[in-house]
Amino acid sequence: MTEPIIRAQQVEKFYAQPSENRIQVIAPTSLEIFPGEIVALLGPSGSGKSTLLRMLAGLSKPSAGEVLWHGKPVSASQINVSIVFQSFALFPWLTVLENVEAPLKARGIASTTRHKSSLKILDTVGLDGFASAYPKELSGGMRQRVGFARALVVEPEVLFMDEPFSALDVLTAENLRSELLELWQKKTIPTQAIFLVTHNIEEAVLLADRIIVLGRNPGHVRTDFKVNLQHPRDRKSAPFTALVDYIYKVLTRPDVAPAEMPVIEGGRRVRDQRQMHYEMLPHARPGGIAGLLELIIDLNGRTDIYRLADELAFEIDDLLPIVDAAQLLSFLRVEEGDVAITPEGREYAESEILRQKELFRKAALDHVLLLRQITRALNNKTDHTVPEDFFLDMLDEQFSEEETQRQLDTAINWGRYAELFDFDASRRRFVLPETEESMAAAGETEE
Amino acid sequence: MKTRHTLSRELVLERTWPFFIDLGVAAALLAGFYAVLWVAKFWFSTAIPEVEIYRSPSHLPLYAFYSLIRIFVAYALSLLFAVGYGYVAAYNKRFETLMIATLDILQSIPVLSFLPGVMLAMMSLFPSRQLGIEFGAILLIFTGEVWNMAFSFYTSLKSIPRELQEACTINRFSAWQRLFQLELPFAAIGLIWNSMVSVANGWFFLMICEMFPVGSRNFRLPGLGSYLQTAASHGDTQAMVYGIITMILIIVLTDQLLWRPLIAWSDKFKFENVESSNRITSPILYALRNSNVLGIINRHTFRPAAERLYAQLAERRERNLARAAKHSRPQRTQGIIFFMVMGFVLIAICIAAFHAVMLLHDVHVSGLILLLKGAAATFLRVNASLLIAALWTIPVGVAIGSHPKLANIAQPLAQITASFPATALFPLLLLALLHAGLGLGIGSLALMLLAAQWYILFNVIAGAMAIPSDLMEVSTLFHFSGVQRWTTVILPGIFPFLITGLVTASGGAWNASIVAEYFKLQDRTLQTVGLGAQISAASDQGNYPLLLLATIIMALMVVTINRLVWRPLYKLAETRYRLDG
Repeated sequence: MTEPIIRAQQVEKFYAQPSENRIQVIAPTSLEIFPGEIVALLGPSGSGKSTLLRMLAGLSKPSAGEVLWHGKPVSASQINVSIVFQSFALFPWLTVLENVEAPLKARGIASTTRHKSSLKILDTVGLDGFASAYPKELSGGMRQRVGFARALVVEPEVLFMDEPFSALDVLTAENLRSELLELWQKKTIPTQAIFLVTHNIEEAVLLADRIIVLGRNPGHVRTDFKVNLQHPRDRKSAPFTALVDYIYKVLTRPDVAPAEMPVIEGGRRVRDQRQMHYEMLPHARPGGIAGLLELIIDLNGRTDIYRLADELAFEIDDLLPIVDAAQLLSFLRVEEGDVAITPEGREYAESEILRQKELFRKAALDHVLLLRQITRALNNKTDHTVPEDFFLDMLDEQFSEEETQRQLDTAINWGRYAELFDFDASRRRFVLPETEESMAAAGETEE
Repeated sequence: MKTRHTLSRELVLERTWPFFIDLGVAAALLAGFYAVLWVAKFWFSTAIPEVEIYRSPSHLPLYAFYSLIRIFVAYALSLLFAVGYGYVAAYNKRFETLMIATLDILQSIPVLSFLPGVMLAMMSLFPSRQLGIEFGAILLIFTGEVWNMAFSFYTSLKSIPRELQEACTINRFSAWQRLFQLELPFAAIGLIWNSMVSVANGWFFLMICEMFPVGSRNFRLPGLGSYLQTAASHGDTQAMVYGIITMILIIVLTDQLLWRPLIAWSDKFKFENVESSNRITSPILYALRNSNVLGIINRHTFRPAAERLYAQLAERRERNLARAAKHSRPQRTQGIIFFMVMGFVLIAICIAAFHAVMLLHDVHVSGLILLLKGAAATFLRVNASLLIAALWTIPVGVAIGSHPKLANIAQPLAQITASFPATALFPLLLLALLHAGLGLGIGSLALMLLAAQWYILFNVIAGAMAIPSDLMEVSTLFHFSGVQRWTTVILPGIFPFLITGLVTASGGAWNASIVAEYFKLQDRTLQTVGLGAQISAASDQGNYPLLLLATIIMALMVVTINRLVWRPLYKLAETRYRLDG
């Protein structure tokens, strides 16, 4: 077997909290990247895909564990890598040529050589004649070509790509993907390996020789397998769809054995968030849940998630939170990559608006601890108001600062819809809807 | 790459325009060289304790030139300092909070009360040279210019998108390359707009600090400010008008020759994905861009120098990396040195603070009570001037802002008026007020109004222009009454802009109080009850304990008002009244 270029040994990422706990973003993970392969990293949002990419590329230091490049620690070796970013990350004040020349300039390469190799790579990615244009004069697809040119001009050993096609429209993305594949297969570029982060399952199956699927809370490797399909790959072929279906199943099935949680120094154990107090609220809107349920009823109450995503032209990141939310409220059941509506879900979807709110209220109180706590706290206080900080403090024991706010925002959204409570945005506090004051506040804060 | 077509067009151009442009540029360079010699000759001459200020208009160009030099030396220092300070604050986690808090306080301290101390210190540093007084003045103007720029650079650095930073890291940019290709371009627009505000502030202070008494000594520097003051103290209205015309000329020329080209140039630093349709154009910028001389100079000096710099930096990075691979750096000694230095700084600060507090010991309780009375009076005056300013500027500003044609004419005018130093008009206005039989009590209010109102007007116009036309259409469609239109559309729409204007105006009014409440005119000293008057009087009499205490009180009031009133309002404006969702 060949030597890997990159070897990550038990790398993990966590953020220390003021309290005893710490937020684990990525559980100890080991993986290797070999020469000659395109590796795709798939996973739902919050599984730490981008963080893992940055650790492998040497941009971010793992909290524990080590990343080795050709057997040497990444911090002490002269690595030659590039990243293609989702936002392109071009300098708008530099011309296309200057953008591409910038990495060579940093390497101290003489002006004439720099010029020549930049023009050559611009030619390769099909930007001949655009050298003196500014990025803002170009379309999104053209801009990402500049991004590719800038990444390839240094002839990187490993090319990292962080969702490089997700800011582009479907046709442009398809076009760029096939061009990249052509460069890679014809060995026009001396790059040894490509590491691609994506949330588009089809994209991964289309491009990759190997697919790694991450799970979340904290991020961990769910599965890591080789794709043995001939290029060019046909999206409609049976093996292709079977593989896409399989990945959907992995992504939606929560019952795979969780990774072993490590013991950290001092005998304290890192807390797995699934064993924690609060379940993670999926960031879905009640309207979205109702819409999804109605669609499933139209599809005879049971359907394949892959088909559903296809029908809606949704990315997995957009669809999964809605499915998760419906499942949490037990409006839906997920079995083996299929979703089936429950009787509660059917009643909810078919009711009129006031009855819908009533059913949502009941389901939310039954299944969501945070909403139950907010409602109880409001009812127990004599003035029927509770400041937001109170719940923020409880939640941030468990979630990162950003996630804490998002959790609370979702809870507010659900609570307002279910008429469980209202939220006074200017004073940052929860109020019961009966009080007169809160009625006034509700009128003001309505969107 | 230029195509042949554009090359041939350039050849044609070369024969006609750029020749004259080059002549112009060369003349400007020669003039600049001569000016440097002239200034150096004056600065390094022996100190002239009481410079005679002539009132004849033939001296005005030279005076204006001296003042301009002061302004721009101070500005250049501010720019350097702002970039350095912002850089350290943004990237050094250890210092960040401390440095930003310091900035916040320094921004609110009344600069003018440091005038005597700084002047005396500088005089003792350069006892036999004119340079000492010059430096004192420049330092004061510097303190009036620097803080907002430092703050702007810091916020720009903090808002650079993460992926751009990562692109620099992964491509091994050196700190220099990062500064020139990412950080400075990203911050450019903010820095330029703040530079305009800063230079306007600089003129405001320059008018005062070119000529003022400390105790028995009377400091004078030849310049526009001292010219105007001399004219005022002789009651020479004609000379005053000449001086003011010169000032207006300078402001308009700076706007046309410096700021407009800069703004037009900075358009390429806009961090947006689409090209905007209405851009500011500037013929000056066009001329500079097409100048052959500048092109040749650039090709033969800066570009090779930059190439060498980048090559060296890359080489050094390789070496460092090779060394780092062998042995890790001694982190611990660095830490110890850091804490020792910090310790010394802390001790020095404590000793200085202790001495300052000991100074305060000399102030009697009756003095303190007087100061507090003065503080109350000035507080009322500042707020009265803000209220009056808001009352007339809001309707006028909204009227201008909601008529695009009018706004196109009025906005640049308001901008220029806002950068005209109110202090230059003080003597003239005061003479007029006295002539009308009004005392300094009303007079000072008028002066503070003059210093403050333009900021509000300027911002209200911008706010009214930013209200989306569909909101106005909705109010027309539903037949909103006048009151309803104002309370539901216009006032909430301009609110963020109004707050920005009020904050700036409030700062301007506090600073103006020092000058406005105490004035020497024709050998008479006019004053009214107020903290500003007490500060001026204390520095006039060389009463440092009182000066220190008064300054502390003013700084405390300004900081407290900022924290308790403006900041919450600002937050409200940022969250609730944002129009772009």
